[in-house]
Amino acid sequence: MAEFEPKIVAFVCNWCTYAGADLTGTSRIKYASNVRIIRFPCTGRIDYMLLIKAFDEGADGIIVSGCHPNDCHYTSGNFHARRRWIMFRDLCNLMGIDMQRIKFSWVSAAEGAKWAEVVNSTVTDIRALGPYEEYRRILNHHSKEVTNG
Amino acid sequence: MDELKNKVRELLGSGTVKVFIGYTTGTAGTKRALFAEKPEDAEGLVFDSSCIQNLAVYVTKQEVKEKGMMGISATLPVMRSLVQLARENQVSDSGIKVIGITPESRLIDFGNLSEVEKYIHQFQLEIDQKNRDMLEKLDKMTVSERWQFWLKELEPCFKCYACRAACPMCYCHRCTVEYNQPQWIPVPSHASGNLQWHIMRAVHLVGRCIDCDACANACPLAIPFNLLNKRMIEDARKHFGGYQPVLSGDHLMSTFKPDDKENFIR
Amino acid sequence: MNIEKRFIRKDSLKKLFDALVAKNKVVYAPVTRNGKTSFRIVNDFSLISGDYIQTTQSSKEVTFPRTEKILDFEKNKDGIGVKPVDIQPVHESVIWGIRPCDAVGKGELGAIFNWDSKDEIFNARVAKTTLISFSCSRADEYCFCTSVGGNPGNTEGSDILLTLAGEGGDYLAEIITEKGGAVMAAAPELFEKDPGIEKDKYLASLPARFSHTEIRNKLDKFFESEEWARQSLRCIGCGACAYVCPTCACFDIQDESHGKSGSRVRCWDSCGFSLFTLHTSGHNPREVQSQRWRQRIMHKFSYMPERLSVYGCTGCGRCSRGCPVDMNLLEHLISIQEVTV
Repeated sequence: MAEFEPKIVAFVCNWCTYAGADLTGTSRIKYASNVRIIRFPCTGRIDYMLLIKAFDEGADGIIVSGCHPNDCHYTSGNFHARRRWIMFRDLCNLMGIDMQRIKFSWVSAAEGAKWAEVVNSTVTDIRALGPYEEYRRILNHHSKEVTNG
Repeated sequence: MDELKNKVRELLGSGTVKVFIGYTTGTAGTKRALFAEKPEDAEGLVFDSSCIQNLAVYVTKQEVKEKGMMGISATLPVMRSLVQLARENQVSDSGIKVIGITPESRLIDFGNLSEVEKYIHQFQLEIDQKNRDMLEKLDKMTVSERWQFWLKELEPCFKCYACRAACPMCYCHRCTVEYNQPQWIPVPSHASGNLQWHIMRAVHLVGRCIDCDACANACPLAIPFNLLNKRMIEDARKHFGGYQPVLSGDHLMSTFKPDDKENFIR
Repeated sequence: MNIEKRFIRKDSLKKLFDALVAKNKVVYAPVTRNGKTSFRIVNDFSLISGDYIQTTQSSKEVTFPRTEKILDFEKNKDGIGVKPVDIQPVHESVIWGIRPCDAVGKGELGAIFNWDSKDEIFNARVAKTTLISFSCSRADEYCFCTSVGGNPGNTEGSDILLTLAGEGGDYLAEIITEKGGAVMAAAPELFEKDPGIEKDKYLASLPARFSHTEIRNKLDKFFESEEWARQSLRCIGCGACAYVCPTCACFDIQDESHGKSGSRVRCWDSCGFSLFTLHTSGHNPREVQSQRWRQRIMHKFSYMPERLSVYGCTGCGRCSRGCPVDMNLLEHLISIQEVTV
């Protein structure tokens, strides 16, 4: 039986992490191909609910990555994002959402190697955790019975 | 509460206030809102410890606002809501006159919202022991156990939105869930829909919720989703020293500090 | 079919319940959680709540679920494939412990769902549902079934009606329909001969508080009254009243898709929501709460009797009990009756 290949969604900012991921490629650094990258102008644009939506659509793990503090292309977007994440992580943890499946990082445009490392270690961790069955079980794409009992 | 009745009669009689929002006795001894427009309406006003509905929810209601200058009898939660609403430009001194009621049932005739702000800043926004204990109990569970707990607790929710309707901070004319391009939050009542609705509401209230419990009291099914809001209030204290409604200046999520603690970002 | 009277001893009640479960019926019974009593699927008789005047929600969930798939769709190489939902797997169900006002409500729901077209899914569920109702020996200040043509021992809509006959814990059983007869046939030894129980002795006394015919006639001239605005000022526009009501049937249709496939789902909606009547153009014919409150009353007490020949209200009082701001329907109806037009 094939080994479980986790589906990872990465929410990244255009100016740092996305450029950094580009650098990983041009540097010909090999890294896991499980990641689907979604490009944002800035981490400050990442809505909390998008992370839940990623799980809704079948993601097993999530990476959220942007510019280092003080390096944000829009000056303070990543500061706002960070404050949001601090609160949101605790809320998700209280709800019983597996926070081991959401990884946060600062990856700059020069850190091609770091990006590869972030992805590889995330894939390893999520592979060990397995598919996010607990979340998938509540998805109702084809539910048929009354929600009762 | 004769002092309150007299005060309200005076305000209405002189035309200072066109509609006064207070409490009156409803069915089976419960308390509900009263909208006094003529001085004699003040006769129905009551106040006691069972007056827990957050009346501030009415100051953003069009049908009440359009009557003219509003007056309101305000306990501490109502006062906090009013200050937060003022910060968010939903109410101002030109629209409302606040008569405060202290925990000892003493009346305070506030001259303006600044005085209300000064009063509320004497009290910390703190979660009561019973709920703190419940949250601690949840913390001691495993992640899986918490997940099962919330799935079970939220399962009866049938998306009536009484929680939203009763919350003074949920004044959006068109809520996120009422847009369908895209349908951001699922409308039907099912496991993922209920989860997303309650997470989203908790998230939209971070830094704004003043722990009045109007939401949980309004829920016809007594679902304790206000635990989520209380955790956010506790967290705000833990990470950022807590918050208070303020008439101007930064509030919790509208700002940041360059040294906000970040032990989870690699 | 004539109503047959039988007698069920206290001990036999649990046996009857167990017999139904043993025959693979899905039994919904009142269960209390967080102080609120609702109908849930129950296998264990001891979990059933006994001490309630009325449940928080109605049992309409059984025949009109709050979320229900009505079809599946899929994008394939030939276009879009649509598959209607298969109603075969709907279980044989028993609703145990509903009140007469609830049972009457089934009729109202049935009228709405069979008005201009027949709702197959709803009808399939109704066909597979048996109602075992319990008469009311108590009422509270929110009840008003007798004002809308009902009563605490009403047999209309039930398949079997059980009336607690005094302190002993025995029941008068009225077998009203063929479905009720089928339940009796499943455990005939539990249904003993009626020793001549006087049912009325054990029913709650509930005088009528208003005349529904008078209200109906008045409402015809009441459309422009200022009463609506006055009554609805404290209404906060949630859906609690509509959702707990046994006869409210408004629903929303949502398409939930992921990738190439999905389902069309029907879910509860409320005319009290501010955007219930919002048009795509942006126009909203019921922009303010007084219009929506007026609609609610007119629909239940004027339009429905006129078009469907049934009242849209059974007097169960749940809307008032569940309302966060005490929009007591009984109180409002009495005040409508008292206002001179």
